[in-house]
Amino acid sequence: MKYQSQKVAYAYFVTAMALFGIQVLGGLLLGWIYVSPNTLSELLPFNIVRMIHTNALIVWLLLGFFGAAYYLVPEESEREIFSVKLAYIQLAILVVGTLGAVGSYLVGIHGGREFLEQPLWVKFGILVAAVIFLVNVSLTFLAGRKTAITNILMMGLWLLCLLWVFAFINPDNLSLDKMYWWFVVHLWVEATWELVMAAILGFLMLKLTGVDREVIEKWLYVIVATALFSGILGTGHHFYWIGTPGYWQWVGSIFSTFEVVPFFAMMSFAFIMVWKGRKNHPNKAALLWSLGSSTVAFFGAGVWGFLHTLHGVNFYTHGTQITAAHGHLAFYGAYVALNLAMFSYAMPVLRNRAPYNQVLNMASFWLMTGGMSFMTFTLTFAGTIQTHMQRIVGEYFMDVQDQLDLFYLMRFGSGVAVVLGALLFIYSMLVVRREVVKPGPMAVPGE
Amino acid sequence: MSEILTKSRARNVFYGGSIFFVVVFVAMTVQSHRHIVQTSTAGMELSDEVRHGKHVWERHSCINCHTLHGEGAYFAPELGNVMTRWGALDDPELAYEILDGWMKAQPSGIEGRRQMPFFEITEEEMRALAEFLRWADQTDTQNWPPNDAG
Repeated sequence: MKYQSQKVAYAYFVTAMALFGIQVLGGLLLGWIYVSPNTLSELLPFNIVRMIHTNALIVWLLLGFFGAAYYLVPEESEREIFSVKLAYIQLAILVVGTLGAVGSYLVGIHGGREFLEQPLWVKFGILVAAVIFLVNVSLTFLAGRKTAITNILMMGLWLLCLLWVFAFINPDNLSLDKMYWWFVVHLWVEATWELVMAAILGFLMLKLTGVDREVIEKWLYVIVATALFSGILGTGHHFYWIGTPGYWQWVGSIFSTFEVVPFFAMMSFAFIMVWKGRKNHPNKAALLWSLGSSTVAFFGAGVWGFLHTLHGVNFYTHGTQITAAHGHLAFYGAYVALNLAMFSYAMPVLRNRAPYNQVLNMASFWLMTGGMSFMTFTLTFAGTIQTHMQRIVGEYFMDVQDQLDLFYLMRFGSGVAVVLGALLFIYSMLVVRREVVKPGPMAVPGE
Repeated sequence: MSEILTKSRARNVFYGGSIFFVVVFVAMTVQSHRHIVQTSTAGMELSDEVRHGKHVWERHSCINCHTLHGEGAYFAPELGNVMTRWGALDDPELAYEILDGWMKAQPSGIEGRRQMPFFEITEEEMRALAEFLRWADQTDTQNWPPNDAG
């Protein structure tokens, strides 16, 4: 750790991991309700658990991004954070807001726009925290050295905070409501968050591979250019069937097809940088998560997104388990795994020790990635059957769902693997204080 | 390649191109906004009752089990065309009666069946919710969903 103030990232990462635990446990319960629908049906209905599952995910990913920014901005800008105190105040506001939101969901107080169900006071709290954050990192950024990594990171963070304003705009007209709702939801995950992802990935590549900064930064600009050129008009793939004009079917199909490009580019970028780099960095777990993140993001966001993005296909698959399959793998690959890569890299540095427990950490990678992949396959099969039976044959929703029990049972099994992986990851990060598996002797080049 | 594509060129393409796409997107959004208000949702008046119904819909977080125009959770049936399914699209009284009867019968308590919670809803709210669902159903959604099953 070069700068003392980077230490605030530690508090952000620990809080994020706690929420990660809550998120996956909520997911496990939801998976079980699919298998055994009477579970807690009156005490804790499905819709309440789902709000906790999705909201906890979004907040912990954001906490991870904020923590990553507090970690990497000082190092890139070559100076301490403007105010450590403000960073802790921001975290406190977010923690109070999150606990407040979860508490109010449990007693039935919530909004009704998906993912934006937070009570108004929590929304304002998030806004205040976002402003504090922007002031804090921007002043650090402006006073110090400017790099492509921080340029792109700052742009992504500013835009995502500005787009939060649309969380307050809820027109009475349902179609308008939906259109502006996507300004937060789509333009976060398929535009501004991609900038944050690319910046963090670039930073990790810089540290882990030792490739020249000029090379990394040039390709970063190319990647984020393809992300925004495709992602902004790619919003159109959400405007097919909500009352918006018909031309979005073509605009959305064409541009969202190109949304595969930035994810393919990020994957290629990560592998090529590792291949070119000559540095033998000891933190193999961070490297595994970085490569894994870009690869699973390519499949989850890129391939599974393309699978149902053309309007002729989406007409039949829209709002089925196909969407759920894509959503799970895309979020896991692009944002969960990337955050875990950053945690794996930064936590040992923040605690001033060698990267211990890499074997446990890497085992958790394979458990979680294997679990999420299997979950995606089962949901894709379930969604394919659902699409055929419901959208082509015309059988009613519940009659079709009753035939999908086997897939939901397998999905629950894969969820168990994910939860075990997540708990193992948190354990390997926070608890164990020595290397569990002894490394072998120094490697000798092969024949 | 590396001589043509320098870092500063890549950066300029990124900034310039992004601004271009933002401008195009904003222009299309403005046009879409008008289209929604003047054409696609103009089939039925956006009355105070419909507005009230939307608030009832939101207060009970219906979207986290159901889908509406295909968006939401995928745990319970699509409701964007539920009034068509019930044959109540043009009959406010019938729409209210079926909705009221259905919701008051929940939860069914049947073992192995997904359970819809019981919601404390007044008659006025129930009528508003029925009107909101009728209003949503008349939206021009480019003929989605493919059939009445939703």
